[in-house]
Amino acid sequence: MLKRALHILTIITLFSISNLVAQEHHEEAKHETTSHQTENHSSEHNQHGEENLSLKDKIKKDIKHHLQDTHGFHITKGIEFPLPVILWDEGLHIFSSSKFHEGNGVVESNGKYYAISHGNGHIYRTDASGKIEHNEKGFETNKKPIDFSITKNVFMIMITGLLMFLLFSGLAKSYSKNGGIAKGPGRFLEPIILYIRDDIAIPNIGEKHYKKYMPYLLTIFFFIWFLNLFGLTPLGVNVTGNIAITVALALLTYLITTFTAKKDYWKHIFWMPGVPVLLRPFLALIELLGTIIKPFALTIRLYANMFAGHVVLMSIIGLIFLYKNLVGGGLSFLLAFALSLLELLVAALQAYIFTMLSALYFGAAVEEHEHEEAH
Amino acid sequence: MDKLLNEFSVGLFFWQILLFVGLLLLLRKFAWKPILDAVNEREDNIKNALEGAERAKQEMLNLQADNEKILKEARAERDALLKDAREMKDNIINQAKEEAQIQANKLMEQTKVAIQNEKAKAISDMKKQMGELSVAIAEKVVKKELSDKEKQLQLVDQLLNEVTLN
Repeated sequence: MLKRALHILTIITLFSISNLVAQEHHEEAKHETTSHQTENHSSEHNQHGEENLSLKDKIKKDIKHHLQDTHGFHITKGIEFPLPVILWDEGLHIFSSSKFHEGNGVVESNGKYYAISHGNGHIYRTDASGKIEHNEKGFETNKKPIDFSITKNVFMIMITGLLMFLLFSGLAKSYSKNGGIAKGPGRFLEPIILYIRDDIAIPNIGEKHYKKYMPYLLTIFFFIWFLNLFGLTPLGVNVTGNIAITVALALLTYLITTFTAKKDYWKHIFWMPGVPVLLRPFLALIELLGTIIKPFALTIRLYANMFAGHVVLMSIIGLIFLYKNLVGGGLSFLLAFALSLLELLVAALQAYIFTMLSALYFGAAVEEHEHEEAH
Repeated sequence: MDKLLNEFSVGLFFWQILLFVGLLLLLRKFAWKPILDAVNEREDNIKNALEGAERAKQEMLNLQADNEKILKEARAERDALLKDAREMKDNIINQAKEEAQIQANKLMEQTKVAIQNEKAKAISDMKKQMGELSVAIAEKVVKKELSDKEKQLQLVDQLLNEVTLN
């Protein structure tokens, strides 16, 4: 019951947000093209552009910037840690992200010129002037190098990974030191580990097979949860609301499901027992489609929830600055506060749902049907 | 969809897969396996301890029942022993009595025989002495009577008669 309600909620949010985002993007893209055309050769392009924007547009730009993965870790105005940029474009190009802030924002490396698009924050190959062309839909048409940079998101993944490793290996060690009793900061996470084992893995996968999936389920739960929580800090990271991340996570679930699946799983996909033979090929088609839709839904659900959460939260925080009076600002603040609390719940909930559904798919993959005719 | 594809970063995808799989493998070896093992072991220990306590309780109950039984048996044995002892005592006393009776009877018998013997001996002694005495008397009588012939004959006849009568 709760799950269904959540699904409906997710779909509604997804639709409303995607409309909003599409609109926003359209306007933004138009704006980008015009500003590029008019101020392309201005040396202080960024600052100049911002001065001409209204407060509302500034907030919009800030939100957009926040949601994007960036080269360099922007803490606050004027404070930014540079991160290494690694490009593969007919050869390796490595330089610091701080170079994008020098001169007109164009970096020359091994005879090639690169600039960051303001549309999606990706690096494109340009000429010496840093001109980025757009097609009629507002998408960049320049050649795009393969970007292996340690971006803000990659950096945050590393930090989260390190944190998880220290936390959980510490917890693991504390057991042997204290005679089977957890100690240290990790002990607060022990109930969650037990919860994932007893209420997610065992009921969905079954007593017989759950053990081999436990490492994945635990890792993915804490990984998503921690990154969701980092997303709520003023650090301004949006890792789990990035489509590349959620695609990667869902793909891993899909691969594990596919490669650990037992005979019964494939039999139920390609030749469903207990169904008239004529129907079986059609069912196979639908089932096969279903196996692909499942990870796709995982991808979109996590992406949309986190993305939408960030957009709404930041928009309401933005309202505080737009109202500029006690009543409006105060109300916006209260709303933002309430929403932050909700997002705290959503952070755990989305991690739970991703883990739960992964476990469900694994369970289907290893399920053994003893009474074939009962279907 | 187009926007999502436009925003999709191959590099970020690559790093995510690489870092996540690395993290998964590291955590599996250094965290999840020891943690789950430790937790399982602890749960097994708790389960075993509870079972052990239950077993100990059962054993104690059994032991109590055993004690009761042993006590009962001991009591019964004691009673049986006492009964046996009493019987044995009675037997011994009875036997002793019988033995004493037999001994007494035997003694009595012997005494009787001895008395008989002594009596017989005394009688024969007496007879002998009486004979000697009679002879002596007879001698004296005879010495005195022999002066009278008739009286002598009369006496012999009388004596003879007496002897055959005896």
